[in-house]
Amino acid sequence: MGFLERIKEGLKKTRYELKARLEAALKGPLDENTLREIEEALILSDCGVETSTRLVEKLKEAWKKGHLKDPKDVKKVLREIIGEILKSVERPLRIDNYRPFTILTLGVNGVGKTTTVAKIGKALISDGKKVLFGACDTFRAAAIEQLSEWAERLGAEIVKHKEGSDPAAVAYDAIKAASARNVDVVILDTAGRLHTKSNLIEEMKKIKRVIARETGSGPHETLLILDATNGQNAIQQVKSFHEALTVSGLAITKLDGTAKGGFILPVSELFKIPIRYICVGEKLEDLLPFSAEEFSKALLEE
Amino acid sequence: MFERLQERFETLFKKIKGQGKLTEENIKEALRDVRIALLEADVNYKVVKDFLEKVKEKAIGQGVLTSITPGQLFIKIVYDELTQLLGSSHSPLNLGGPPPHPIMLIGLQGSGKTTTAGKLALFLRKKGKRPLLISTDTRRPAAMEQLKKISSQIDVPFFSFEGQKDPLSICKDARQYAIKTYSDVLIFDTAGRLHIDEDLLEELVEQKKAISPCEVLLTVDGMTGQDALNIAKAFDEKIGVTGFILTKMDGDARGGAALSIKAVTGKPIKFIGTGEKLDCLEQFHPERIASRILGMGDIVSLVEKAQEAFEEKKAKELERKLRTDQFTLEDFREQLRQVKKLGSIESILSMIPGFSKFRSSLDLSETEKELKKMEAILNSMTKKERLNPQIIDGSRRLRIAKGSGTTVQDVNELLRKYNELKKLMRKLTRGELKGFKPGIFFR
Repeated sequence: MGFLERIKEGLKKTRYELKARLEAALKGPLDENTLREIEEALILSDCGVETSTRLVEKLKEAWKKGHLKDPKDVKKVLREIIGEILKSVERPLRIDNYRPFTILTLGVNGVGKTTTVAKIGKALISDGKKVLFGACDTFRAAAIEQLSEWAERLGAEIVKHKEGSDPAAVAYDAIKAASARNVDVVILDTAGRLHTKSNLIEEMKKIKRVIARETGSGPHETLLILDATNGQNAIQQVKSFHEALTVSGLAITKLDGTAKGGFILPVSELFKIPIRYICVGEKLEDLLPFSAEEFSKALLEE
Repeated sequence: MFERLQERFETLFKKIKGQGKLTEENIKEALRDVRIALLEADVNYKVVKDFLEKVKEKAIGQGVLTSITPGQLFIKIVYDELTQLLGSSHSPLNLGGPPPHPIMLIGLQGSGKTTTAGKLALFLRKKGKRPLLISTDTRRPAAMEQLKKISSQIDVPFFSFEGQKDPLSICKDARQYAIKTYSDVLIFDTAGRLHIDEDLLEELVEQKKAISPCEVLLTVDGMTGQDALNIAKAFDEKIGVTGFILTKMDGDARGGAALSIKAVTGKPIKFIGTGEKLDCLEQFHPERIASRILGMGDIVSLVEKAQEAFEEKKAKELERKLRTDQFTLEDFREQLRQVKKLGSIESILSMIPGFSKFRSSLDLSETEKELKKMEAILNSMTKKERLNPQIIDGSRRLRIAKGSGTTVQDVNELLRKYNELKKLMRKLTRGELKGFKPGIFFR
């Protein structure tokens, strides 16, 4: 059997469901084989080699200490370990301490920034807040039109300039307009940028400077949006953006596919940035506040 | 990563020095390191497992030649296997049969379909084709508008229609329109969808029937993790893809997704997206991605690029001029152009192993700007001035500054640099600086 066939065959058998894998693994006694299967399941969820190995080490420890007598408890113990890591970053966004509260979004291309801005807007509007969108993505073709359409559908205010104009100027106008129109929350949608493009990072710094100058206290949230489909590069994204722009919160999108977004384990351990939201579907209501318990459950497919 | 791999291979070498053969025992650690390297590059776990088995089979029993170290031999086996698995050569677009040739782009939300559609159109237009861009994305707000804008940026026609809300009728009408406008390639940009959304996949199947495309290309984000395999497999099984385009490869993602995709579907990766601009679409070269996945840096591409840019004849001529002290501003400009042909400084440096680590700490945009400015100044001179720099007086400097949008200071600075370079060259050729050879600078 050729290499490709072997993989295809292998895939047919194991459909990548962590649940099935874990259950199969847990049928036998807790031995090296079981632990390896658990490690495999974690790596397949994009947790990364290091984190996965470490989690398995912890399981081994628990086993040796006698906390883990029944192999059936493995899942419970694993969930507890993961839950503990994630508990420290479970801090929902509070928007009542400033007015207007300014949220600056950022992220690499195609993570779903504009859609997430709309979703957050919708949640806040349903909460009775007055929301203003700032269309700071002046680069991508039709990004402004896309946000405008959302604003119209949701009944949000919008400040926009022409395509190709200075995003910092849009931010300036958005903040000025927010004060004038008695707005509760300003959400700024920005152009996608790879974390490796120094000129685009500088542009972002400028936007942030303008916001800081005009609000005196903001941006009150610098929200980095991550795509759950991404792998280990997500860690690099957080690292670079955080170093350059001091990220204050994360949102994880596209958790409605088969990707698990396991990278949030190493990300949480390394940077301890609060995770504000997760997106679990295309509908506007599919934005949820992050819950450590729910996420650990989802990660282990319970 | 390469540094780490290399380091580990050094220890491996020490261990098996004098043994002359790779055995299961002495490659064990090396295999473990390759495993970690591949997993950290986001190659799917299953693929890694099978891949390592194959490497092991190949490696065990291999005699170590005297000319290379066991470590080098091992990494060569890994690299060769990787390259082979990724596809032995570049696979071009299949545009057979009578025109118009429809191409269909599919993929997850945010994988870069619309941008890629524009890039592909530009690529084909440069090849002398007459592409037509069509969007069947009736769902995402302003998706059509986005493609329309892109089409006008690259001066390629866009099929627009009034009030049509149904993707299927768009597919049918576009064909008619293409025949009327003599377009020979139709690029269909479809709405993003999840690989597990049965209804939307069914919709794609319908569209495919209506279009009967000669290429169905799945765009996959180069930063995709373990899930790349599921995504590629699902789309291929349901829709039937003919190839892949790996997008957003201009970041620091190692692109392990490429290997997962290739391994699970066997279909070729046709292009990679390497930037936000519409001309940033490159043909896929397996050996380059192999180095990247292993974190080895793309030395091969760098050497190739350098070879292309520095044509030997010109280099020889330059050396002769330096020796005879005839290095003019005209030659200086030629030098700048050669450097520019290599690509942006960042893209050149990123091919060097280990560079990714320093990328964020270096500000290369300034250097790029400086080079641009210098070229502008040189371009604003007359040929006579470039050949006889000594005639450039005050009023000429002012004219040059105005013409290039710079200041007289900038012009002075350039002339100063030129004179310094010339002086240095003179010293070098006369052997006044010991230990230096002129060739070092220009080869």
